[in-house]
Amino acid sequence: MHETAVAESILRTIIEQAKQVKAKPTSAVISCGQFNALNDEVMGFAFETAAAGTVCEGMTLEIKHIPLRATCKKCHTTFEFDVYKPACSQCDSEAFDFEPDAPLLLETIEFED
Amino acid sequence: MKVSLNQKILSRNEECAQKNKAFFKDNNILCLNVISSPGSGKTTTIARTIRDLNSQVKIGVIEGDIKTDTDAQKIRAAGAEAVQIETQGACHLSAEQVYNALKTLEAEKMDVVIIENVGNLVCPSAFDLGETLRVILLSVPEGDDKPVKYPGTFAEADVVLINKIDLMDYIDFNLERVLADIHVVNPNAPIFQVSATTGEGMEQWYDWLLSKSEAARAAR
Repeated sequence: MHETAVAESILRTIIEQAKQVKAKPTSAVISCGQFNALNDEVMGFAFETAAAGTVCEGMTLEIKHIPLRATCKKCHTTFEFDVYKPACSQCDSEAFDFEPDAPLLLETIEFED
Repeated sequence: MKVSLNQKILSRNEECAQKNKAFFKDNNILCLNVISSPGSGKTTTIARTIRDLNSQVKIGVIEGDIKTDTDAQKIRAAGAEAVQIETQGACHLSAEQVYNALKTLEAEKMDVVIIENVGNLVCPSAFDLGETLRVILLSVPEGDDKPVKYPGTFAEADVVLINKIDLMDYIDFNLERVLADIHVVNPNAPIFQVSATTGEGMEQWYDWLLSKSEAARAAR
């Protein structure tokens, strides 16, 4: 959806971190929720393009997709929300509240030793 | 060597959004971020709102478009101050652009600031502008499948306007399906059926807007 802006933002942070630890970054893990999802292919391409010519060139990027959870108003079960079957996994009730969607996070960066 | 950060990726935008939010709160301003597809009637809706509510609240508008200031001109013709942001290709507004536009607009003199985001049902929803409330507009000719296709956008709405209801008789549009689909991802947002062209249904939207503006003024 907005992979280019995300790529530029991650890149800025990784370059700052690389300067601090004085090492070349090799890989990074980012995570996203369901409403603010990222497309793996588009994200990979956007990052690769943005990283070209920087210390991050050649890095690998792993994207973790965190499921969206909801809590049933009837039986209070917390379940993984499925847009194709928007109902409680236990009692099939369609009355539920969403738990907060996972934010876009830069979780970890791996550097050469 | 592994470094754990767990840092929000769009944190620069969020920091600036917090500054905007504080500005609106300190000045008792209601700020609405209006998001929709291109051509769903954002500008027409905002212009009519200004014409009809001008005597009750002072509205200022920030217009986001990729190119041109035609929307800002329409808003000025309706009787409100407007600042145009030309994003030069970017598909959404960022908090920083809004921060700068608020100064140009002299927003502290306003009761209500309406931000008309770039026409796009996807990207703008990921960028918090610091708005008080988010308005999602869906127009009848776009089709009744939009809420299921763009669940994230509708999930974050504080109010949904279904616009161009005067065209309902000419278009295959299942209103019940739309209401049900919005309810799945967003059970709390009020949904108003309006036509910004004929004025039908606009009263409920005005009542909502005025009550939220009143709440912003009464805060603190």
